[in-house]
Amino acid sequence: MTDAATETRTVVVERDIGHPPEKLWRALTQPHLMAEWLMKNDFAPVVGHRFNLRGEWGGVLDCEVLDIEPGKRLAYTWNFAHDDPAFSLQSVVTFTLTPTDRGTHLRMEQSGFRPTQKQAFGGAHAGWKQFFENLEQVLGGLD
Amino acid sequence: MPDAHEVLFRTLADPTRRSLFERLCRDGEQTVGALTIHAGVSQPAVSKHLGVLKQAGLVRDRHEGRQTHYSAQLGALAPMIDWTSRMAGFWEGRFDDLEDLLTRMDQ
Repeated sequence: MTDAATETRTVVVERDIGHPPEKLWRALTQPHLMAEWLMKNDFAPVVGHRFNLRGEWGGVLDCEVLDIEPGKRLAYTWNFAHDDPAFSLQSVVTFTLTPTDRGTHLRMEQSGFRPTQKQAFGGAHAGWKQFFENLEQVLGGLD
Repeated sequence: MPDAHEVLFRTLADPTRRSLFERLCRDGEQTVGALTIHAGVSQPAVSKHLGVLKQAGLVRDRHEGRQTHYSAQLGALAPMIDWTSRMAGFWEGRFDDLEDLLTRMDQ
């Protein structure tokens, strides 16, 4: 999805999980559990707390807790600084938990933008935009 | 050494090369002759453009008899793909691990 006005982009990944929200919440907010499925971290469930997520590839994400509603919603910034603007990213990740008959519906929404994206693409041939749209479709079909 | 992105952008900035590459993405492996029919330029020119695409890692060639077949290497474009595609794949993988973890937490 593209928001033309702000040039933000959003990715949403949802999954029905066969475990209750309380248990899922622990996995989302306890550092030693987060490390097992996400990344090593120094997270604390406190709004305003700044922490890092450290990927196995050596990358470090700068994060800050923005919103916490225990068992229901968790949001933090997900920023990645990189010399190559195509890899740098400023975004917000929001997890929303909804109880279901079978467990929990987990929704992850990540929205953000690359500040230099416009610069990188600006001035390029008009065909670029269409080209990338086509390309994303082609590659989307490969996964 | 030039930045990998610069190479990709420079290589695909040429409309003829871009259209050759798009055709290979869309229609799969093609011979130089087949590509020339639609390219609107001479076969030597097509071969030259394919050589530049190959140097950038965007196409691969395969020799069969007297024919050379070219195919698109979509993996070379990974750095240019919008981050949303990369992140969606990332989160799907993380959620797999999350479900594994939740199952282990039962025990």
